[in-house]
Amino acid sequence: MQLDDLNAIAEKEKAAAKKVCLRTCMSAGCMSSQADVINKNLDAEVKARGLEGEVEVRRVGCMGFCGQGPLVGVDHDDGRHELFEFVKPEDAPAIVNSLKGGPCDVQRGDPQHPFFAKQVKIVRANGGIIDPESIEDYIAAGGYQALHQVLTEMKPAEVIEEITKSGLRGRGGAGYPTGLKWGTVAKSPGGKKYVVCNGDEGDPGAFMDRSVLESDPHLVLEGMAIAAYAVGADQGFLYVRAEYPLAISRLQIAIKQAKQLGLLGGGIFETPFIFNVDIRIGAGAFVCGEETALMASVEGKRGTPRPRPPFPAESGLWGCPTLINNVETFANIAPIIGRGADWYASFGTEKSKGTKVFALTGKITNNGLIEVPMGIPLRQIVEEMGGGAPDGRKIKSVQTGGPSGGCIPADFLDTPVDYESLTKLGSIMGSGGMVVMDDTTNMVEIARFYMEFCMDESCGKCIPCRAGTVQMHHLLEKIAQRKATLRDLIKLEELCDMVKNTSLCGLGQTAPNPVLSTLKFFRKEYEDLLQPDQFGPPGNGQPNPQSAPK
Amino acid sequence: MQATNISTGQNRLRRALDHASGDKRFKILEVHMKKHQFRQDALIEVLHKAQELFGYLEDDLLLFVAHKLKLPPSRVYGVATFYHFFNLKPQGEHTCVVCLGTACYVKGADKVMNALQDRLKIRPGETTPDGKVSLLTARCIGACGIAPAVTYDGHVAPKQTAEAALEKINQWK
Repeated sequence: MQLDDLNAIAEKEKAAAKKVCLRTCMSAGCMSSQADVINKNLDAEVKARGLEGEVEVRRVGCMGFCGQGPLVGVDHDDGRHELFEFVKPEDAPAIVNSLKGGPCDVQRGDPQHPFFAKQVKIVRANGGIIDPESIEDYIAAGGYQALHQVLTEMKPAEVIEEITKSGLRGRGGAGYPTGLKWGTVAKSPGGKKYVVCNGDEGDPGAFMDRSVLESDPHLVLEGMAIAAYAVGADQGFLYVRAEYPLAISRLQIAIKQAKQLGLLGGGIFETPFIFNVDIRIGAGAFVCGEETALMASVEGKRGTPRPRPPFPAESGLWGCPTLINNVETFANIAPIIGRGADWYASFGTEKSKGTKVFALTGKITNNGLIEVPMGIPLRQIVEEMGGGAPDGRKIKSVQTGGPSGGCIPADFLDTPVDYESLTKLGSIMGSGGMVVMDDTTNMVEIARFYMEFCMDESCGKCIPCRAGTVQMHHLLEKIAQRKATLRDLIKLEELCDMVKNTSLCGLGQTAPNPVLSTLKFFRKEYEDLLQPDQFGPPGNGQPNPQSAPK
Repeated sequence: MQATNISTGQNRLRRALDHASGDKRFKILEVHMKKHQFRQDALIEVLHKAQELFGYLEDDLLLFVAHKLKLPPSRVYGVATFYHFFNLKPQGEHTCVVCLGTACYVKGADKVMNALQDRLKIRPGETTPDGKVSLLTARCIGACGIAPAVTYDGHVAPKQTAEAALEKINQWK
């Protein structure tokens, strides 16, 4: 495989393009509503009318508007785009009719809706456009060009320099500068190095990584290969949750196709560079999203975290230097190399560059996936793109960052979405889950829900998290059942502080966050549930000053 | 008399291997282990395959895996019990997994769950006494756009209500 061969595949694919394209979303959300049957019916309908010559029926990845699925997009030869929503298998004849101007009463979406118009697609550029199970489609969209560029024109140090310059920060939630991490792994001594992609997207309410893996698996593989070249690794592992069978099967197909074309394995683009990727399937443990636990799981052990340092960059899998990045981080790599660090850095804010994919869910009119530039005000996302809360309700808060994050009250909707601003509010960027809650939501109940989650998912290795989450959950239940007094609330706050500061890994250290943030902004909801204390007020009768709203 | 000289552990292992000798599924599992070159770090992949073949991981099966991968049984058991995905008890003929992720939760997955519990008279994680239905929960299956989601026998159903879920269960009963 050389550049000419790559370009030949792209040309051939483009030459085979037909005038009209019917795209059916084949992501897990739409698949659950018979998207595969819809696609079959469309195909049969096109063939029955003898339109195969001008109409292509394509299976594509996620278009993002999951709440309105199943979706079918139409690209006309005059550049018009149409979108059909809530499509049923029996709608196929009507949709094919509409291509020739026939009547069609299937609900149409508006491709110019703010939900689409306000997005900037870098990671999801191919989502909903290309067939995720066809490497030729990916190559026709410019795929694997960036890999060729780094292997033939750049030194590893130059690649790291480019990534550093782009300002990309870890998209798993913590926001560690990616270039810096790569540099550390590259500098670590040792012959054998590994690259690991963290696809253990455990946050409830988040499905960005699933969608990227299902819609554009080659983008992630290409990013991993570029990273491997930059840090000097020859073996990669893709750790994916067992809950994502569709993503796993598409990755398996993608790896097989890339190997066949010589884009993975030995002698890629006829250079000495070797890179192999193995898939490792998780087995349902939230804590495996923590990098040291993930490594234990890749090694086939119980996924329990270990203290850091040593950081994985120095001593990771089997004691070798290991680079661990999230799916979305890897998905950003090829576009950065292909279009330059300066182009990438032109999006976003001073400290948070580029775009971020969010999963917009909960009590919101437009459910789905969006990719927006960093620094966009939360209000734009929730009200303009998301269309506000349904049924005329008011939005009460937006929860970001899953069980490690916090709830941002509606008064702060003008906050720009970037790492620092969200941290200031006591929440975190997290992996990108955004759950909207309306005024019917009980915040104490939400805090209890997250604590129950952390209690179940605590791995049990360190005592503060193992025992603390149980006690905090018990206190929250007591409060929710109106059996608690101010004493219990004070105890809860003390426990939050203790668990936060003494747990071994991120799970325990951030488990109190939902409680702390709801206490900070919705303290009255807690206090309304408290009962009078038969022994008089505790202490000096004052609540803990540490947690009083600032 | 000889049996008394052999520790119970070895006895159990021998029983497990006897058990395995007549069952074709163990052969398939062994082929799968061979594909991974009997590497110890492929333990989780092997357990996934074992559960796919047998439906759940019984003790004999775990002993067999430990023996073949040359791992202490404690480690295999430790891994099997650590991860939620592995079942150590037989599952019902049908499985119904209610997603309790945040998005499903704020949209009323708890009501669906309660309705199912009342109808089946079992708690999450249990199987009905007639072995028909297992009721399970998931933490988030990533189908948040179509919340609340329930997985019936591996097929995800979108936007479920208590009525829809009960109707589905009644078809199984």
